[in-house]
Amino acid sequence: MNRVTRANTKKILYSVLLSFLFMLMVIMPLYVSPYTIILLNSIFMYIVLTVSWALFSGPTHYLSLASAAFFGIGIYSSAILGDQLPLLLVIGLGGFISFLLALLVGLSSLRLRGMYFTIFTFGLSELIRHSVQWWEVNKTGTVGRWVIGVDHTTVYYIMLAILLITLVAAYILKHSKYGLALLSIGESEEAADHIGINVNAMKIITFAISTFFMGATGAIMATRWTYIDPSIAFNPLFSFMPVLMAIFGGIGHIFGQILGASVLTLLADVLLTKFPYYYMLLYGMILVIVVLFLPKGLTGLKEEVKKWWGGRAVK
Amino acid sequence: MRILEGEGVRKNFGGLAAIAEVTFHIKHREILGLIGPNGAGKTTLFNLISGSLVPTSGTIKFKGENITGMKPHQICKRGMARTFQLVKLFGNMTVLENTLLGSLFGTLTGMRQSTALKESLELLEFVGLSGINGVLAKDLTIVNQKRLEVARALATKPELLLLDEFMAGLTPTEVSLAIELIKKIRNRGITVFMIEHVMKAMMSVSDRIIALHYGEKIAEGIPEEIATNPKVIEIYLGV
Repeated sequence: MNRVTRANTKKILYSVLLSFLFMLMVIMPLYVSPYTIILLNSIFMYIVLTVSWALFSGPTHYLSLASAAFFGIGIYSSAILGDQLPLLLVIGLGGFISFLLALLVGLSSLRLRGMYFTIFTFGLSELIRHSVQWWEVNKTGTVGRWVIGVDHTTVYYIMLAILLITLVAAYILKHSKYGLALLSIGESEEAADHIGINVNAMKIITFAISTFFMGATGAIMATRWTYIDPSIAFNPLFSFMPVLMAIFGGIGHIFGQILGASVLTLLADVLLTKFPYYYMLLYGMILVIVVLFLPKGLTGLKEEVKKWWGGRAVK
Repeated sequence: MRILEGEGVRKNFGGLAAIAEVTFHIKHREILGLIGPNGAGKTTLFNLISGSLVPTSGTIKFKGENITGMKPHQICKRGMARTFQLVKLFGNMTVLENTLLGSLFGTLTGMRQSTALKESLELLEFVGLSGINGVLAKDLTIVNQKRLEVARALATKPELLLLDEFMAGLTPTEVSLAIELIKKIRNRGITVFMIEHVMKAMMSVSDRIIALHYGEKIAEGIPEEIATNPKVIEIYLGV
């Protein structure tokens, strides 16, 4: 009984805290500098990419390196349709086209496991980049495109909305029976299949849903760059960063993913402005240290400290 | 009434016939044993029945419905469950989560979360695993892992349960407990088809036994007939 009430108090406390945080986010643009808004947009973008990547790859252990492909499709949706359709529709379409492509990718890569799946998704991402490049050079005659600009505050609010939807979706999925089923697929696909889980359908649909958020994010973030070309839109960095951020923060917890994405984005920003020459060197060192000493990411830090503290107390 | 019927079932791996034209059936609420030397094709036959493998030719009917070529999850939902020779649990998930998944996904109609939870707890107690719900499956002893796999299979509400070497590697005491468990499972109205190398157990629990050798059925009958069958004796004792 005591434990139940304590859990309830905790729940209420969390909801109050989260609502407060959300309200703060909503009124933020009124009080902070444009620079902060741009930085927050970056953080939101990476959180969405990381959480949606981990939505599928976290529990199933299918390491996808195709985030850039879906993000880039969102960007190109914005570049091509931005001046013809209303902004929100463009964003929805960016997500939806990514979703459709992911369904196709999922169907064609069903038999691939482990490393082969990873290489396939990476190859696919590169294939799309080069195909778009070829099309632009040979058919449209230009390499880059202009994107209709949108002011930072609008981008901020749309990113905040996408972020909120992504987090709610990830939370609901994780705590539903389908979240449990995804975990079981990561443990043993054959056993999952034999207790009535439609493994292929689960994998493909979850993968496709996760890419919707990436596409939508690409569509809105494109407006920030004003000029894009295939190497910007399909930059492999957008595939690698979500993986790094999830591992850095703690892949199994949504909170860890948020933490990883936020901390690494902030870190990159600080290093880039304070140490422009040693930026990559320092960034790489910090990543190596975290992976070496915190295999469970930043969220694992709590346990490590507890263990260390407990060990000392015994002595 | 026949719950499962196989008609001329064949499975070729390259040029080799792992299962060659095997015809078999199981009656409702029967305990049928499957024996044979290593490499006889016993597990291959289970894989064909459960949908892991698709037969090269022949048909398999479950409750009168042709299930040849169906996927394992479709067959499971129709009321068939299995365990694996090498235990395949969801190792990094808890004992309760393992069975819960069976309850939540294993039936055609599905069930509510609260019902699934109640059934899972009941089944864990049934196989003798109560009080360790929160333990990770990979941390269990081998006999408890096997019990958990049975509980997870039962959670899908099967009418037919395929047990692949449930007793391999168990101590004599554990074997007699396992025999009790199999009898209790039958008393719930579930038909059992089991592969086993522990002959004593097989003889005492089976209603009927099929013997396989090089993918062919060489004998079929009640335990006494199998024990005295010259072909079976020749293969097992090399006389």
